[in-house]
Amino acid sequence: MKARLEPVVGRYMNLDLLGRPHRLYFEEAGQGVPLLCLHTAGSDGRQYRGLMNDPAITRDFRVIAFDMPWHGKSSPPAGWHEEEYLLTSRDYVRMILDVMDALALDRPVVMGCSIGGRIVLHLALEHPERFRAIIGLQSGAHVDPYYDLQYLHRPDVHGGEVCAAIVSGLVGPAAPEKERWETLWHYMQGGPGVFKGDLHFYKLDGDIRADVARIDTSRCPLFLLSGEYDYSCTPEETLAVAASIKGCEATIMDGLGHFPMSEDPARFSQYLMPVLDRIRAAKT
Amino acid sequence: MLDKLQDRVNANPGLIRRGRFVNATVLIEVGPDPWLVRFVDGRIASLVKGPFVMATWDFALRAPAEAWAGFWAAHPRPGFHDLMALIKRRALRVEGDLQIFMANLRFFKEVMASLRAGAPA
Repeated sequence: MKARLEPVVGRYMNLDLLGRPHRLYFEEAGQGVPLLCLHTAGSDGRQYRGLMNDPAITRDFRVIAFDMPWHGKSSPPAGWHEEEYLLTSRDYVRMILDVMDALALDRPVVMGCSIGGRIVLHLALEHPERFRAIIGLQSGAHVDPYYDLQYLHRPDVHGGEVCAAIVSGLVGPAAPEKERWETLWHYMQGGPGVFKGDLHFYKLDGDIRADVARIDTSRCPLFLLSGEYDYSCTPEETLAVAASIKGCEATIMDGLGHFPMSEDPARFSQYLMPVLDRIRAAKT
Repeated sequence: MLDKLQDRVNANPGLIRRGRFVNATVLIEVGPDPWLVRFVDGRIASLVKGPFVMATWDFALRAPAEAWAGFWAAHPRPGFHDLMALIKRRALRVEGDLQIFMANLRFFKEVMASLRAGAPA
């Protein structure tokens, strides 16, 4: 039987991040405008498999997703076994810019989901000149903790099982079963304490409520797309961000949850394509 | 509604397999009505409706009847569709020994969702 090969190509890069050597994995497909994609907390770049296999997108966009250090097929830095992984806004921003430089991406479109949807607000605020456009999925300025994060990393609770079970309800109820469980499988595969370490940024360190109104969309267009079934970053929270930023556009996506690109790529592309068409037409 | 829980769970081999290490008594309050559900190796060994005097349980799930009704709808509205969504909105309170609940979170979510209209019997 002949295998059907996907157009997705994966490679490893070695680079210094935050003053230490790292080995990072990234995937890409397509050509044209670079579209740098940021995965959610506790998962990896496979969340963008649908985009990378969608010819309507890859015809005009070079879709790139890297696994953050500690995630997916990227390694934690040497010495990790003595450390507690805690993601901060400062490190996250630096990592994204350094990966862009390493891959020589010139003013890419950046699209991030969840923690990625939060960090793109930081990028819009601090580095708008580096991007052609910014797309935030499930973007909110802040999320209050609503469960005890300690349960995500303790020896009497299986980390993979609990991380997936915590987020399972964030997938929209109408998501195809195959994509729903693929999305959750990625959570089951996360390293111990990694999801929790990402949430340090999401729930504590990365609160951007006080600054979000200073984002200037004349320097870089900002589009927000949020699924209606997300109770982590609710539609109301996304709309509040959009309302506080002049020129920011927000769309609530019917039936979708917290992982639109992974839980239901076909439905998500109906919302993403019009945004990408406008970015392409703007030729900025 | 909750009276169907024992049959729904015990008729689902996959669910029982996922809960095979669950041995616990759970207090479930549907509005003013308390129920004690005793799990043995993932099966429901007993289901008793209160009121109780000096009930002993490992953890409790307490929510108004409207919250459970929304959760059990065939197509729940956003915010009613998952136990964590109810918790986030402060509609569901989980109290007691939460290690059992969190270590078996998928199992307990699926146990409660087994009462959803249209769920496989």
